Amino acid sequence: MNKRAILLLAVLMLCALTLVNAQFQARRLFIALEHTQARQRELEITWAQLQLEQSQLAKHARIETQAKTVLNMVVPAQNRTQYLTAGAH
Amino acid sequence: MRGTPRSRTAAGRGVPFSPSPVLAVKLPAWRSRVVLFLMFVAFAALAVRAFWLQAISTEFLQKQGATRSVRTLELPATRGKITDRNGEVLASSLPVKAVWAIPEDVEAPAEKLRELARLLDMSQPDLKKKLASDRSFVYLKRQVENDVTERIVSLGIPGIHTRKEYKRFYPVGPVAAHILGFTNVEDIGQEGIELAQQSSLAGVTGSRRVIKDRLGRVIEDIGFIREPRDGRDLTLSIDSNIQYIAYTQLRNAVEVHKAKAGAIVVLDVRTGEVMALVNMPTYNPNSRQGLTGAQLRNRVMTDTFEPGSTMKPFTVALALENNLVTPATLIDTAPGKMTIGSATIGDAHPHGVLSVAQIIQKSSNVGTVKMALQLEPRQMWDLFTAVGFGQQPHYGFPGAVAGRMRPYKSWRPIEHATMSYGHGISVSLIQIARSYMIFARDGDTIPLSFQKLDQLPQAQRIISEKTARAVRDMMETVVNPAGTAPQAQVRGYRVAGKTGTAHKLVGGRYANKYVASFVGFAPASDPRIIVAVMIDEPSNGQYYAGAVAAPVFASVAASALRSLNVAPDSTVTNVIMPAQPVLESL
Repeated sequence: MNKRAILLLAVLMLCALTLVNAQFQARRLFIALEHTQARQRELEITWAQLQLEQSQLAKHARIETQAKTVLNMVVPAQNRTQYLTAGAH
Repeated sequence: MRGTPRSRTAAGRGVPFSPSPVLAVKLPAWRSRVVLFLMFVAFAALAVRAFWLQAISTEFLQKQGATRSVRTLELPATRGKITDRNGEVLASSLPVKAVWAIPEDVEAPAEKLRELARLLDMSQPDLKKKLASDRSFVYLKRQVENDVTERIVSLGIPGIHTRKEYKRFYPVGPVAAHILGFTNVEDIGQEGIELAQQSSLAGVTGSRRVIKDRLGRVIEDIGFIREPRDGRDLTLSIDSNIQYIAYTQLRNAVEVHKAKAGAIVVLDVRTGEVMALVNMPTYNPNSRQGLTGAQLRNRVMTDTFEPGSTMKPFTVALALENNLVTPATLIDTAPGKMTIGSATIGDAHPHGVLSVAQIIQKSSNVGTVKMALQLEPRQMWDLFTAVGFGQQPHYGFPGAVAGRMRPYKSWRPIEHATMSYGHGISVSLIQIARSYMIFARDGDTIPLSFQKLDQLPQAQRIISEKTARAVRDMMETVVNPAGTAPQAQVRGYRVAGKTGTAHKLVGGRYANKYVASFVGFAPASDPRIIVAVMIDEPSNGQYYAGAVAAPVFASVAASALRSLNVAPDSTVTNVIMPAQPVLESL
C-alpha cells in the first residue's frame, strides 16, 4: 500500500463518519421540529378554545343580566347622552 | 459396517482418513465429486436468487422494508371559524374524540363497564346492546369531550378505542341559530351559512409519508402526498349586538301576543349588509335533540306571505313617478267601499276625502286602488320586479325563495286592484325589507350581502330621488298620532315606515288569522337601517300591525341606533300617543 492509498482511505473514513453525524443531526433536528409543530397545533387549539370561551363570557345575554343585577346599571336616557362624531370637536 | 476387505483395497485412489493403513477407507472417487457438484449448484442457486432479489426484482424487498418503517400520517384540517362583523366568534370547531369498540375484544369486569356507561352518559343495557353487536366496529358515542375520553382510556378496557374528530360550538346558541345553521357529526354544514359556505369553510385533510423508528418517533419526512388546507374563516355582516337586541325583542313580542311565529331582519341602508336576522321559534344549535321543523324554519328567507299594506308605498310611488298625483292631491275614499267586478274591497273605517299622503298615513285600501286603476298592470309589474318581488334572490343562502307574482298579462281587474295593496302576491320578509331600500336610499337599490363587505356595491336607480323623498315623508306620517303606527315612534329619532296587517290564506280562503308586519327605516332624515318585523298569528286579542309589530320596530330601532352611535335627528323627546288608535284596512 502506498501513501496515497492510505491518505484516501483516511479521507473516506472521515467522510463516512461525517455522513453518519449529519444523518444523526438531521434526525435530531427533525424530531425537534415535529415537537414544535405539535406544540403549535396544540396552541392553535387552545387559542380556539379561549376565543370560544371569550365569546361565551361576552354573550350579550350574560352581560345584560350582570349589568342589571350585579352592577345595577340602566340604559341612559336620551337627554343624558352626548353623541360624538368623528372629526367634530 | 464398512470394514469389508474389499473396501480396503481401494486405498490410494480415495482420501486417506487415517494414517493407519488398517483404517484407510477406500471410497469410489465419483462420490466426492458428486458432493462437490451439489454444493456448487446450491451456491449457484443462492447467487442467482440473491442477484434476482437485489438487481432484478427489487420491489419486493423494498416494499417489505417500507412496511416496517414507513407510515402515512393523516394531517387534520380544521373547519373555518365564523365571526360577526366585529370579529366575535359565532361558530368554531374544536377537536373531540369518538369512542368506538371492537365488540369481540371487549372483556372487562362489570364495574368497569358500569363506569364506562356512566362516563358515556348511556344506560347499561344500551351499552351492552352495542357491545353485543356482531360487527367488528361499533361507535359507542361520538363527539365526546377530551377530558371524558381521557378517563375512559384510563379505565384500560381492551377493545375500546378513540378516534379524533371535530365538534362545532356555537357560543351565542339560539340567538343566531338561523343564520349560522349547523353541521352534522362529520362537521359538514347542514343548514344556513354552514351549508351555503360549506366548500370554503371545510378544510381538506392532508397526508404525508414519514419514516418512524423503533420507538415510533417520526425521524424523517419522505414527502407530502397532499398538503392539508384549513377551512377559510368567514366574517359575516351580522352585528351580534343588534342581533341580540332583535332576538330579545322578538322573543318578548311573540310571547306577549301568543304568536305562532315571528321574524325580524335588520339591513344596513348604506352597504346592503344584513345586520341581524332572527326567527321565532328558534333552537339551540349546540344540542339539537327533539328539533322540530317549525324551529328549524328560517321564516325570513323561506316563508312567503301576502304582505298587505306594506306594498302601498310602491303604488303611490308609481303614481307620483308618472305625475298622476302629487302628495297633496285629494282622493275621495267615501264610502269606504268599492266594487270591482263581482268583488268588493273596503277600508276598516270610511275616511272620506284624503290626500295621497293621508292614504299612506291611514292605510286606505280604496284610495290606493283608485290610484292603481290609473296605472297599467305592466308598470306595476315592472316596479315590483325591479325591487325584487317574484325574483329568485342571490344572497347565497340555502332555501331562499322567490315568492310569487303572476305575469301582468294574466292579471284580472280585481287582481290589478288587490295587488296595489299587497294581496294576490307573496313575498318573503327579506324581500320586502330589501324593497324598501328605494325609499331609504333616495330611489336606488343595492344587493344584499350576508358577508362583511370591503367596498360599496353598485347601486341601481329605480325611481327618482324626488319621488323617493316624497314617499319617505308620507311614511313618516304613519308614526304620527294620526297614523296607523304611533307606537313605532322612537324617542329622539325621526322614523318612517308602513304597517301591514293581512288575513292569512288557509286552504285557499282568508281565515281569521293574521300576519302583522311593520317595515320601516330610521333616522328618516338620513336612513341608516331598515328594520322589518313580522309577527305570524298574534292571538292575544290584538292583531293590528300598529299594535303588534310597530312597538317591536320601535324598540329594535332605538337600541340599534344607539348601538351604531347614530346621532338623534329629532328634538322631540316626548313620544305622543293618540287617544284613539287608527285602524288600518285589511
